[in-house]
This record gives sequence, C-alpha cells and structure tokens, in this order.
Amino acid sequence: MSEALRIFLVFAALAAVLVGAPLMFSSGVALTMMSLMGVMIILALSYNMLLGQTGLLSFGHAVYYGLAGFCAAHAMNIVAAHKFPVVLPAIPLVGAAAGLFFGVVFGAVSTRRAGTVFAMISLGLGELVVAFALVLRSFFGGEEGIATNRTKLAPFFGYKFGPQIQVYYLIAFWCFVCIALMYALTRTPFGRLCNAVRDNPQRVEFIGFSAQRVRFQAFVLSAIFAGIAGALAAINFELMNSQAIGADTSGLVLLMTFVGGTGHFFGPIIGAVLITFMQISLSDVTNAWMLYFGLLFILVVMFFPGGIAGWLALHGPLLRRGRIFTLIPAYALALVPLAGLVLGGILLIELAHRMLVEAQSDGTVLSVFHVTMDGASLVPWLVALVLFLGGGLGLRAAWPKVSEAFARASGKQSETVAP
Amino acid sequence: MLQLVTFSTLNGILYGMLLFMMASGLTLIFSMMGVLNFAHASFYMIGAYFGFEISRRIGFWPGFFVAPVLVGAIGALVERYGLRRCHRFGHVAELLFTFGLAFVIEELVSMIWGRLPADYRVPPSLDFVAFRLFDTTYPAYRLFMLVTAVAMFVFLIVVLKRTRVGLIIQAALSHPNMVAMLGHDVPLIFMMVFGAGAGLAGLAGVIAGPALVTQPSMAALLGPILFVVIVVGGLGSLGGAFVASLLIGLIQTFAVAINISLADVIGPSAAGLFGELGRAPLAQIAPVLPYLLLVLVLIFKPTGLFGNRET
Repeated sequence: MSEALRIFLVFAALAAVLVGAPLMFSSGVALTMMSLMGVMIILALSYNMLLGQTGLLSFGHAVYYGLAGFCAAHAMNIVAAHKFPVVLPAIPLVGAAAGLFFGVVFGAVSTRRAGTVFAMISLGLGELVVAFALVLRSFFGGEEGIATNRTKLAPFFGYKFGPQIQVYYLIAFWCFVCIALMYALTRTPFGRLCNAVRDNPQRVEFIGFSAQRVRFQAFVLSAIFAGIAGALAAINFELMNSQAIGADTSGLVLLMTFVGGTGHFFGPIIGAVLITFMQISLSDVTNAWMLYFGLLFILVVMFFPGGIAGWLALHGPLLRRGRIFTLIPAYALALVPLAGLVLGGILLIELAHRMLVEAQSDGTVLSVFHVTMDGASLVPWLVALVLFLGGGLGLRAAWPKVSEAFARASGKQSETVAP
Repeated sequence: MLQLVTFSTLNGILYGMLLFMMASGLTLIFSMMGVLNFAHASFYMIGAYFGFEISRRIGFWPGFFVAPVLVGAIGALVERYGLRRCHRFGHVAELLFTFGLAFVIEELVSMIWGRLPADYRVPPSLDFVAFRLFDTTYPAYRLFMLVTAVAMFVFLIVVLKRTRVGLIIQAALSHPNMVAMLGHDVPLIFMMVFGAGAGLAGLAGVIAGPALVTQPSMAALLGPILFVVIVVGGLGSLGGAFVASLLIGLIQTFAVAINISLADVIGPSAAGLFGELGRAPLAQIAPVLPYLLLVLVLIFKPTGLFGNRET
C-alpha cells in the first residue's frame, strides 16, 4: 500500500467518524461533548505545532484562542445588528484573521528566544492579556463576558444553526479542514524546518535559515488555527468570558496535548478527545476531578513522556511483525497490580475528599463505583491502603517482566523500554 | 502626600522583600539546574498553611521555626523523587513536572483546608502598634516581617559569599562537572539548594500568611509575579532579583495608592488615544504593570537588568 493511499484512507476514515459519530451517539449530552471535542482537537493540534513540532513550550496559548473567540463574538453581533450577508460557517475565518493579527503582534515579541525564556514570555503575555481583560470592559464584557446569538446571522442554505446537531456538523467540517491543513503543513519543507529548529537550531542557522524566523512563522500559523478554534468555541457556547483567555485554558491545552503525545501528529487528537470526555464525565462523578487531572499529568510526565500516542507507537513495529501477542501474558500480569494501585488511589482520594470537604454538609457516607461505604469507619481506609500499597509493590515486581517481554518481542537482547 | 509616600515606600519595600525571599530561591534553583520551578509559589502557600495549622495548635513561634523546615524537607523530597526522575527527559519535562505539581498542590491544599481563606491571624505578641507617623499607625507585625526578610537576606549573602558551603554552591552553579570531579556530591547539593529554596519560600509564606490572605489561590496569584521578578532582574542573578523585587514591590504599592488616570496626566485626549485605558485609574491598571514591565524588558534588554545570560 503506497503512502499516499494510506494517508487518503486515514483521512477518509476520519471523515467517516466525524460524519457518523452523531448517528451513534445522538443524545444531547453526547452532541455537546463531541462539539467541544472538535474545538479542542483543533486547539490541541495548533498547540502541538508549537510544542511538538517546533519545540516551543507555551504557557499562554489560550490567549489566541480566547482573543479570537472574543473577536468572533463581536463580529457575529455586528453582522447580526447590521444584517450583513455573512453566514455563520464563515465566522471561523474572522477567528483565523484575529489569530493571525495577535500571532504577528505577540509572536514578534516572544519568538525572539526559544526554550525557557519563550515559555516565560508566553506566560507573561498571557497574564498581561488577562489583566487587561479586567480593565477593558467594552471589549471583554467584564465578569459576564460577551454574549452572542448564532441564529441571528443570515441563513446558510436554509440552516440557521439553532439545533446543536447543525453546530456539530459545522465544527466537524472545520475540524476536518484544520486537521488536513495542519497535517499537510507537517509534510511541507517548512514543517521539516520546524522539526529541525526544534532539534538543532544551530545547524538550521548554518544551512542558511533563520531559526527565529521559522519560530515566528510556526507561531503565527499556530495562532491562526487557535483562532479558528476560538471562533468555533464562540459559536458553540454563544458566550465568551475572560476565563477562555486565562491560565486555566492554557493549562488544559497543555494537558491535552502532552497526555495525548507530542511526538506524533495524531497524539493531540487522542488527548483532546480523552481529556474532554474525562472533563465532562468526571465532573459529574467526583468533585476532586481537578486533582485527578493534575496527578494524571504528573504521572505522564514522569513515566510516559511520549504520551498515549508515544506509548502506542512503541507497539507499532511489534504489530507489523505480528509479535504483539507475545506481550499479552506480561501485560496481563502487570495489569492486576496496576488496577489495584489505581483503584486504591481513587479510593484514598475519594475518602479523603469526602471526609475533608463534604463530611460536614453531606455526611460521611459515600459511594465509589456503586459501592457504598462510610468514610468515618476504618475498613474502607484499610482496604484502600492495602490496594494502593500492594498494587505499587506488585507493579514494581511485575515491571521487569514486562520490559523483558517487550525486549524479547522486539527482538532485542535486553533494553529497558520504559522506566 | 508625604504620608502617602512614606507608607507606600515602607509597604512597597516590605512587599518587595517578601518577593525577594521567594525570588532568591527560584533564581538560585534556575541558575543551578536550569529548571524554572513553577511550584515555587506553591511552597510559599504550603508554608502559609503549615504556619496556620501549627499556630492554631501550638503557637505562632513554633510554626515560625518548624514550618519552613517542613516545607524545605518537602521540597528536597520533590527534587529527589520527582524532578531527578524527569531530568533525563530534558528541561521541558522538568518544567512540566513542576507545572503539574503546582496544580496538584493547589488542589490538595483546597481539599485539606477548604477553598475559603484560612483564619491565619497575627500572633498577639506582635499585635500592637509599632509607631505612629502623620496620624497613621504602623503595625508591629509588618515591621517584624521586614526585619525577618532583611535578616534572611543578610544570612543568604553571608552563606553564599563567606562560607565554604556557599563557595561550593557557587562553583556548582557555573561548573557542575568540575565540582563533581573534585569529589562533591552535586546531585546532593542540588537537592539541598532546592530544599533550601523551598524552605525560604515557606518562611515567606509563614510570615506573609497573617498579613496577606491565606487561600488556595495565593500561589497562582503570586507565581507569575515571581517569574516577572527573576526575568526582569536577570535570570540567575541574585542581585538582580533583589533590585527587581523591590522595583516590583514599589510599583505595585504605589500604583494601588495613586488614583490618577492617563486622562488626568495628558488631558482628555487620552481617552481618544487609549479609549477605556485612558480613563481607567492607575489603581485599576496596577495588575498589568508588572507584566508590561516584563514584556518591555524582554524586548529592550533580554538579559534582564543585571543578568549576563540570554539562555
């Protein structure tokens, strides 16, 4: 199978998934979630243009997303007020233009340096914009934010985008376009140059390119796509507030991209889908979900710096050689203590959260995974501790077996694959 | 007016010294390990909460001495079992680790002590008026904070410049391999410096807690300002961090105290030029100023005021 055909098939499958998803999951909650996933996929991919492909760690990516979202919301209000013949599907172009503008302005300042200094400038710029957002009320709308109404624009072939399903398809369309464009970009000489700037800026300078210029261009392109995501968010929520430009959103994008995996193009997509799903479903189940996010992030940074995509990619060669099945016994062996560790950890967090935060108002009884227990008694704590510690020790004991099995499957003598 | 200037200067210096207590550790850690510790302000917060918890149970003074040590121990553990593990994945992984850590610490603190501000009060032994100037009183506790911060500053300078330990630390800053060759345990030095930096931040938290507000968002509010301080001062420069701390402290305090807007200074045309920004009083723009300073410094003098490396 030639590579062009393979890429075509992958994108055809992607299109099929985007089109078919609402047929599988047609509930209101699912539609809302999938719309948000589409927005976040674009945002995470645009972020990975910086972090994964150009090696620029930004702590203020939400600035371009949020500012473009505000611009799009204002544009929608202006279009609606003056009855301009502009349809809703064109609004993301406004976001892209806003992303371009702010990307050029802030990129000129921040891409002069790479590495830690770039990270700090991005943080400072992010804080600067947030601080301005509280002063400039007419643009940012203060605490309430800027509300808009997507149905007030000129209809697009009769569609007014009132129902969520229509918004979903609008987002899915832009999502597909953006994924295709961003993927295409990684295949251009410019995309390769970005990778070169990430890996060895000095040599890039030697062969006659300006690393700073490449960083700037990558930054602006990334801001454009973040702007599209921001405009889609404005369309989706019909509201933008200053939270969208803040450190929380920037941190969330970083979390998605890193957990998904920065080393592979499709990593951030996995991250965006997974984290959005967790964000919406976890916040219903537990009040300590922010803590879980933080712990997940730290664990990925410490043990799987390649993220989910990196971990999956390790298995690619084995799958092709048909030797992946030899891993199953070792993985099954490690899965038992891992499950114990995770379950014990969750139990401990939930028990502690119940006793420390909610005991006074809601009592000490809680239910975890449909099992009801009393946080004031000793038994659940003991069970949780035994599970947690036993799981941890078991995992340590099982790990050499896993890496041994992995080394055997991949035909190497012995090389520790993961820590 | 004189009264305003005097008290704003006093408060500005105090705030600046507090900033320096944290920025000094941050900049030392950065120049040593190349790690920008995002969780540094979180150690400050842990210090405040430990101080609060100990002063509630035993008394303020035990907390004053014990809490920073505990925070320092936590910092050393974080370096030993967290950062060192990430080190082999590179600086980005280390940075991200501290970023995630700051997040987790904030969640843990709000889980243990609640999201509302803790009732951390000035101890009765220090709760009196130090002096009265122009009919305004100045609380003794603020003076105590100032004395503590200055004492710590002197202590730090003496340790770094006049002792053997300081000599080794300074050598490890610039030539870690050579220091290791000479038989010093460089990872241990790193761990100790990280712990000491965290402990200093913890001390800042213990003394700042009663004067400012002890709440789970205090780390997130202060963290970015610390970065401004060390970048403006010049990465890795202790003297620069000191000057920048005072500068930011004074700017912040004076901006809040002075109630004029751009329109007052350059006339009504400001409103036309700057829009809302022209009409907004300086006090409202105050939060913007440190970041504006940061961006200006990075554009015009990327090494910072006293730094000598561009990283």
